[in-house]
Amino acid sequence: MSAPPPPAPAPPAAPAPLPAPAPPVNPETKEFWAATAQGRLLLKRCLDCGSVIWYPRAICPECSSMRTEWFQARGRGRVYSYTINYRTEGAYQDAAPIVLAYVELDEGPRVMTNIVGAGQADLAVGLPVEVVFHDTGDGSALPRFRPAAPGAQAAS
Amino acid sequence: MSIRGKAHIAGAYEHPDRKIPDKSIAQVHAEVAVGALADAGLSMSDVDAYFCASDAPGFGAISMADYLGLRRLRYVDSTETGGSSYLVHVGHAAAAIAQRKCRVALITLAGLPRSQKPPRSSGSAAAPEAAFEQPFGPTTVSMYALAARRHMYEYGTTSAQLAAIKVAASRHAQHNPNAMLRTPVTVEEVLESPMISDPLRRLDCCVISDGGGALVVVAPEVAASLPRQTVKVLGHGESPKLTDNGRIDLTYTGAVWSGPRAFAEAGVTAGDIDYASIYDSFTITVLQTIEDLGFCQKGKGGAFVADGSLEAPHGRLPFNTDGGGLCNNHPVNRGGMTKVIEAVRQLRGEANAPVQVPDCEIALAHGNGGSLGTRSAAATLILGREDA
Repeated sequence: MSAPPPPAPAPPAAPAPLPAPAPPVNPETKEFWAATAQGRLLLKRCLDCGSVIWYPRAICPECSSMRTEWFQARGRGRVYSYTINYRTEGAYQDAAPIVLAYVELDEGPRVMTNIVGAGQADLAVGLPVEVVFHDTGDGSALPRFRPAAPGAQAAS
Repeated sequence: MSIRGKAHIAGAYEHPDRKIPDKSIAQVHAEVAVGALADAGLSMSDVDAYFCASDAPGFGAISMADYLGLRRLRYVDSTETGGSSYLVHVGHAAAAIAQRKCRVALITLAGLPRSQKPPRSSGSAAAPEAAFEQPFGPTTVSMYALAARRHMYEYGTTSAQLAAIKVAASRHAQHNPNAMLRTPVTVEEVLESPMISDPLRRLDCCVISDGGGALVVVAPEVAASLPRQTVKVLGHGESPKLTDNGRIDLTYTGAVWSGPRAFAEAGVTAGDIDYASIYDSFTITVLQTIEDLGFCQKGKGGAFVADGSLEAPHGRLPFNTDGGGLCNNHPVNRGGMTKVIEAVRQLRGEANAPVQVPDCEIALAHGNGGSLGTRSAAATLILGREDA
C-alpha cells in the first residue's frame, strides 16, 4: 500500500468574492436584467416628455405617460455618497466590509450600487467610476462600479 | 378645517420594560392600551376609534381590536409610515375627532425585536424598487451612513458634532430609571466606539428594545370631563419624501414639508417651541431634522448641537429628555410613539425633575419612518399645555 499523496499546496489567499444575490425579476423589468447578463446597463426614457426614468418602471413619474423605451447608458458616473459597512447582513453576512454607494450616472439618475476595486484611501464623494457586471448565476448580473480608468472620462 | 385645539391627548403610557422574553406581542399591546387608558381615566369600553401600524399582529387594526375587546369602534386606521406612524395617527385621530367621526381614539405600538429577533427586512421582494436596491446589501445603518457622508461632504459636518447629540441624550437618560443606557458618555467615547458603517459608529445608533407605548386622543368635551391634565393637539403635518425619479437628495428629510404644515396649523414658529422630541434612530437623523424644522440654518446643525443647545433644561432646544431612542427606548425599531409620550410628560410637568423644562407650554414631536437613505415619511406634531 503506497503512502497517500502529499497534500496539495494551499492556494494563495484571494479576497473573498463579493456575493451577487439575484434580484427579483418581473415582466416590467426582465429586459433590464437580461441586458445586464450581456454586460449592458439600460435606462428607461419617456417617449412623451423625454425624462430619464430611474428606477425602471412602466410609468413615467414625471408626466404619467405609459410610453417609455429602453436605451443603453454609458455606464459612467461619479460617487454621490458611499459607506464602508462593517456589519453586513443576509447574503453579505460574511463579506464585510463592503462599500454601499449611490452613483450619479452621466445620464442623471443616482443609483444604489456597490463600489468594487477601490482602496479605502481612493474612496471619495465625486470619484469617477465605471460599471462592471457581476453574474448572479440566475440570468442576471449586478451593475456595480469601479474607479474609472484614468482618462476615460475625458476620452469619451 | 384646522385641528387646532379640537382634540386633546388625555392618556400616554410607555411600557417600563426594555426586554420582555415571556409575553406575546398582542399581550404587550394590551398592557400599553390599558396603561394609557388608565392614565386618561378612561376604559376600553370608552374607545370608539383604534389606530395601529404593522407592528400590530394580525389583520390590519381588526385582529387587535378583536383581541382587546373594542366593541364600540366606529373608526379604524392602520396607516403605516414606519416609525413616524404614531405621530401620523395622532394627526389623523385629531382630524377624525374634529369631524365628529369619533370621540376617544386609542393608538398602540408594541413589539419584541430584542427577545424574538425576527429576521431583519427592509421591505418585500414585491416592492417595485426591491430589485434595484436589495441585491446591493443595504442595511439600516448603512443607509443612514450614506446620508451622513453626504451631509458631511456638503456642509462640513463632523463625527464629533454628531457625537454631541448622543452625549446630550445620555446626560438626559441618566435621570430615567427605565432607560436602557443610563451612563453619560463623552464625545471621545462616542468617537472610540466601533465603526458600524463608516461614518456611523455604534454610539451613533439607537438602542434595540422590546416594549411599546400607547396614547389616548379625545374630544375637548371628553377632556373636560377627565380628572387628569390633558395636552392640546395644536398642529400636525406629514410628508413622504421619495427618491424622486433618481434625484434622491440625502441631505434633508421630509421635515422640510411636515414642519411648516404643523407650525402653520398651530399658529406658532420654531422660536415658540419650549421642548422638542426629535426622532433619533441615528445621530444624523436628529441633525438633519433640526435643520429641516428651522431650529437652525440648513447645514449649520453641526455647530448648533456642538455647543450644548440640545441639553435640558436650559439649552436653546431641550430635546429627548427621556434619553430618546439613542439611550432610553426605541421599541420595535420605531421611535415615534415615545417621542409623543415624552412631549406629553413635558407639557404636564411630569418629566424627570432634573430635565423638566420650566414653564413648558409648547412642545414639538417629530418622527421619521422608513429610511433617510431611500424613501421615508416625516410627521410633525405641535402640542400645547391645556392653557396654551
